[in-house]
Amino acid sequence: MDAFAIFIQAMNGIQYGLLLFLVASGLTLIFGIMGVINIAHGSFYMIGAYLAWSLMGWLENFWFGLFVGVAAAFLLGLVLEWMFIRFLYDRDHLQQVLVTYGLILIFSELRSVIWGDDVHSVAIPALLDGSIQLTENLAYPIYRLWLSGVCVVIAILMYFGIQHTRLGMMIRAGESDREMTKALGINIGLVYRFIFALGVSLAAFSGMISAPISSVFPGMGSQVLIVSFVVVVIGGLGSIKGAMVAALLVGLIDTFGKVMSLDIFGINIFPEMAGMSIFALMALILIFRPQGIFGKEY
Amino acid sequence: MLNTLVKLTDLHAHYGLSHVLHGVNLEIKRGETVGLMGRNGMGKTTLIKCLLGLVSISSGEIQFREQNTKTLPTHTLARGGIAYVPEGRGIFKNLSVKENLILAARSGFEGRIEWTYDRVLDSFPRLKERLMHGGQQLSGGEQQMLSIGRALLTNPDLLILDEATEGLAPLIAQDIWGIIKVVQESGISALIVDKNFKAVSKISNRCVVMVKGKIVFDDVSPKLIEHPEALKNWLGV
Repeated sequence: MDAFAIFIQAMNGIQYGLLLFLVASGLTLIFGIMGVINIAHGSFYMIGAYLAWSLMGWLENFWFGLFVGVAAAFLLGLVLEWMFIRFLYDRDHLQQVLVTYGLILIFSELRSVIWGDDVHSVAIPALLDGSIQLTENLAYPIYRLWLSGVCVVIAILMYFGIQHTRLGMMIRAGESDREMTKALGINIGLVYRFIFALGVSLAAFSGMISAPISSVFPGMGSQVLIVSFVVVVIGGLGSIKGAMVAALLVGLIDTFGKVMSLDIFGINIFPEMAGMSIFALMALILIFRPQGIFGKEY
Repeated sequence: MLNTLVKLTDLHAHYGLSHVLHGVNLEIKRGETVGLMGRNGMGKTTLIKCLLGLVSISSGEIQFREQNTKTLPTHTLARGGIAYVPEGRGIFKNLSVKENLILAARSGFEGRIEWTYDRVLDSFPRLKERLMHGGQQLSGGEQQMLSIGRALLTNPDLLILDEATEGLAPLIAQDIWGIIKVVQESGISALIVDKNFKAVSKISNRCVVMVKGKIVFDDVSPKLIEHPEALKNWLGV
């Protein structure tokens, strides 16, 4: 690979990592703050992608579709928290996994009923269609740059929101001592409902903005869920900062794993075994830091 | 106008399978300071948690401002004017001192504001020097001041202090008693649990002693000292 090809792959890796961060941050927030393992998180990503396909078909406007989709996902999050999730806070992880697994089955079936099992594609909005010419024969798509930029902005907003707003203070207080937070007159249940809906919106938003660069297909939820869990575990359960670092690591390693070619002792390590690379990374990090890079020690 | 602020009637509560409170009757009037005493495991903290809605009661009734609190969640009770300084202080360790305080700050029942951020800092000058420190960087005494200051910022009508001087050096404990005195003079009712029975009986209008989930003594404080043999049995002093 020459320098430009490496640069482009690095850009792709970072962009993939940032997108993973959006999905994984919701997962790690919901776990870190509420103690709930939500394996239905990937379903929201899938729902987002299908919503993008439908909405952009009906509304014929990418931006309006994004807005409507995120609002719908937020509402869905509020309803789900009220119907199911709020009963899980004081229960053990097994019960949480069972309930949220049930949600996966329900959403998968609903998706099949509403949208069918076909693979779809979503067009890149006209405004962002095109690419920046880097050299004579290398170009980088504008949409991918925009996507990375949006993820960075959301990450900064999240950091600011948690560190510097009143809501962020309530969230951190609840994480530290739930009983005391209530005893100060804070309706922690309402805070949790908001956080859950925010996590759902983030996952759905990720699905929506990734739809134009990947296809929309039935198994996309479980695919992203597994990688997101790898990110959350590497970064440390509950750590947003960890999710960011781990997502970029995973994004880069996965991307380079797929394009590099490397033989060791006649065995084709890359790209043949690239699918394993992120799991190898996870195993390696867990050997030295069982709690993840930024995780709290238990 | 010594009307009743809190009234517990025949209160029973369980912690898991064990029956902790066996029919507690207690009244706290407006502006009154009540000392709650008893050895460990007699049900004092459970009683407090019932008052705050953190432990659900099995039978009996709790009235706060003549309203049954049974269906009210903890945050509503807190907003109604109950503030809690828990055993172990309950400082949010991942928040700065300043954040611990401003998170709690609000006007009290019917919009009354007696304790402001500035007044709390004036009362606890040591916190002023540590505003940007994290909650975990404070000494025990400073944490206690923060916990009390935070409770006062909710402008409560009833302040509950659970083991407020536990583990503090005598001089620091004296500071804390001084602050409680100021709180008392401002007309806030207080329920104080503390091992130091002399200090509690000195500051309280009334003393209540709990043994095995029941109240065995409830009278004005000087009366308690007249019962040395009972004190020995009940409190081990």
